[in-house]
Amino acid sequence: MAGASAASTLAEQGYNVKCFCYQDSPRRAHSIAAQGGINAAKNYQNDGDSAYRLFYDTIKGGDFRSREANVHRLAEVSNNIIDQCVAKGVPFAREYGGLLDNRSFGGAQVSRTFYARGQTGQQLLLGAYSGLSQQIARGSVKMYPKTEMLDLVLIDGHAKGIVVRDLTTGEISSHAGDAVLLCSGGYGNVFYLSTNARGCNVTATFRAYKRGAFFANPCFTQIHPTCIPVSGDYQSKLTLMSESLRNDGRIWAPKRKEDCGKEPSQIPDDARDYFLERKYPSYGNLAPRDISSRSAKEVCDEGRGVGPGGLGVYLDFNDAIKRLGRKTIEERYGNLFEMYQNITGENAYERPMRIYPAVHYTMGGLWVDYNLMSNIPGLHVLGEANFSDHGANRLGASALMQGLADGYFVIPYTLGNYMTSQFGKKVDPKHPAFAKTIEETKEKVQKLLDIKGNRTVDSFHRELGLIMWDYCGMARSEDGLKIAIDKIQKLRAEFWRNLKILGTPEGINMELERAGRVADFLEFGELMCRDALTRNESCGGHFRTEYQTPEGEALRNDDEYAFVSAWEYQGENQLPTLNKEPLVYEKVKLATRSYK
Amino acid sequence: MKFHLKVWRQKDAKAPGTLESYEADNIPADASFLEMLDIVNSNLTGKNIEPIQFDSDCREGICGSCSLTINGVPHGPGRGTTCQVYMRKFKDGDTITIEPFRADAFPVQRDLVVNRGAFDRVMQAGGYISERCGSAPDANSVPISKVIADEAMDAAACIGCGACAAACPNGSAMLFVSAKVTHLGLLPQGKPENGRRVLGMVRQMDEEGFGNCSNYYACEAVCPASVPAAFIGRLNREFTAASVKESIGMNV
Repeated sequence: MAGASAASTLAEQGYNVKCFCYQDSPRRAHSIAAQGGINAAKNYQNDGDSAYRLFYDTIKGGDFRSREANVHRLAEVSNNIIDQCVAKGVPFAREYGGLLDNRSFGGAQVSRTFYARGQTGQQLLLGAYSGLSQQIARGSVKMYPKTEMLDLVLIDGHAKGIVVRDLTTGEISSHAGDAVLLCSGGYGNVFYLSTNARGCNVTATFRAYKRGAFFANPCFTQIHPTCIPVSGDYQSKLTLMSESLRNDGRIWAPKRKEDCGKEPSQIPDDARDYFLERKYPSYGNLAPRDISSRSAKEVCDEGRGVGPGGLGVYLDFNDAIKRLGRKTIEERYGNLFEMYQNITGENAYERPMRIYPAVHYTMGGLWVDYNLMSNIPGLHVLGEANFSDHGANRLGASALMQGLADGYFVIPYTLGNYMTSQFGKKVDPKHPAFAKTIEETKEKVQKLLDIKGNRTVDSFHRELGLIMWDYCGMARSEDGLKIAIDKIQKLRAEFWRNLKILGTPEGINMELERAGRVADFLEFGELMCRDALTRNESCGGHFRTEYQTPEGEALRNDDEYAFVSAWEYQGENQLPTLNKEPLVYEKVKLATRSYK
Repeated sequence: MKFHLKVWRQKDAKAPGTLESYEADNIPADASFLEMLDIVNSNLTGKNIEPIQFDSDCREGICGSCSLTINGVPHGPGRGTTCQVYMRKFKDGDTITIEPFRADAFPVQRDLVVNRGAFDRVMQAGGYISERCGSAPDANSVPISKVIADEAMDAAACIGCGACAAACPNGSAMLFVSAKVTHLGLLPQGKPENGRRVLGMVRQMDEEGFGNCSNYYACEAVCPASVPAAFIGRLNREFTAASVKESIGMNV
């Protein structure tokens, strides 16, 4: 979505844009799966919202690990995004008076979330895609669907092009440009099971990292509290139920272990533990994602989880149905209830949903400055692929906001800053750097095919995912992370010895595509663990068991860790070096994050 | 569970294709259809047979990447995309035929992968509102009745998967086109371009080789987003009005 909005807006401004995506159409980017909504400080509900309040909530939600200036800008442009989307024809939900409706979302006490049924991401992406389509028709954007970026081309230290593989023909080619924008999303699939699409990957950003771009805060990952629990080892992905469900659903688990096997309707109210309401009375079921997820994990660790393997808690709509009527609940969440029934075979109008946390979003990404440019001149990074706005935890309905802010309202203003430094320096597409990078890419692809071992790509990916989930998931420890690094190194060695891919580099070969991505994940997973290991504090989604308060809350260490970790690649089998960008807060006072 | 599969295998866009038989053993009833194929593919790789190539991405029914025809029905049994079909919907021991979406405008690329670029080109021919980023008025400056906004949303829900065209005996894309024409045409901000939009999209649709609607309503029956065929009537009205205007020399 960041890519579509940036490409169309830059084209409107007169840039000639080449736009690449691995899907068969830019309309299918995974932004499409965002359900709940998009935040803006419109204050249409007259509940005292303001740009400052959105800014503060986002900084606080990120546990004071994001860059203040970037977040403030995000809050400032949030209102323009809503205007822009409505003008593009996004059918946001409306009230009977014809004005836009809002709902509440986690981590905020005002109602500032705009939504289009449970398909907000889809509608916002289609809005951006429609603008992109218009620019393609005008000839100002050339679109390359089913094309995957496999490397970045540097000329004199500047990003001047990319090397791509055509996923239909297998052809590897290069494209030259005055600047490169990466809008390639997050790396949640390093966990194998996540709410991300199958194709989501770290390859574009990781290969830029290997060319010198800093990777910032890779260990900051978000585990979303309301997902459908895992049901078996054949599973290829986890399905998210929008956080908006927490507006009306109440989360609970049985107080006693003995009740876990009982039908939920047989458990009386006083035998239920509405643990979020108990622990965080002022936010209740709308506590931020990291806190809600961890609370659910704690309950299950105590043996009070429900469903297969005891890995689940209830999300109950019984009270809401009594209060509002089934029709209202159907209107608000009908498609989500349908989806839940389809997957689990259970009817959530009659029996509470079972939910469990799952990997959902990654706050880390390539390091960028205020202009969204990485440390490599000319390389800009937008949306989930960069690190800047969400700190150690992202609040709900903020990913769409950031993706569109970056694409519609930030890069169109900041790209010029770099471009003016390049006047008169035309990129030569025949520069030897292009041919050289193409050759290197071809060799890498061939190397994967030449292993001719015995294990499938997915089996490696699944094993890596389990390591990451066990040791670098919701709770991390020094010992665990060291074990994880060791296991990943061994798995990586086996991968390069024992991978089996059939077929050729020509034509459609999806196992080959995945193998390249998994090869990157196998290196990247180690980087994540190293990042988690050096951050000796707990903040947001990064919870180190050694650093917690007596009540089990995250214990931040502002004196030593109020910085961005920006990792710098040092070469094959070399330890990366850590650069630190201090986080200086001029407007906000660092505070303990409390939702009690 | 156990299934006998007959799967369309085709090496590339030019090669002829054929149905191959495979066995799917030890399939959990809670696995999705695509997860069943993942298991089959892993077994095929073990036997040195190249895995079946098929598109999928979000695996939660919204991206529209799946392009499988299962037992003759695009997306298979039930109302949803293939990724939302679960094996418990089949009987143990069933024979299941799996082909790609079939429509003249969606050429098969390999096995179950089709090229749906035609849909993108139809969108480029008018499926947008011309608005320059930064020029929008306040979002609440034009109230839109909830009824209209809801109907626009019904139309906007189209995921662009192409099942409508694959189900249609004429290979028609009119449900897809009508969804966009309705979505943007109902909203006040889309109205200024209604005539241009419908003419552009319908002409591109014809050029891509999609057929016309002859009221089978097979499209509506398979649409995972429940887009109603009634929108096609609206498309026809808009198209007729714009064509008449154009034919008498009025600006559209």
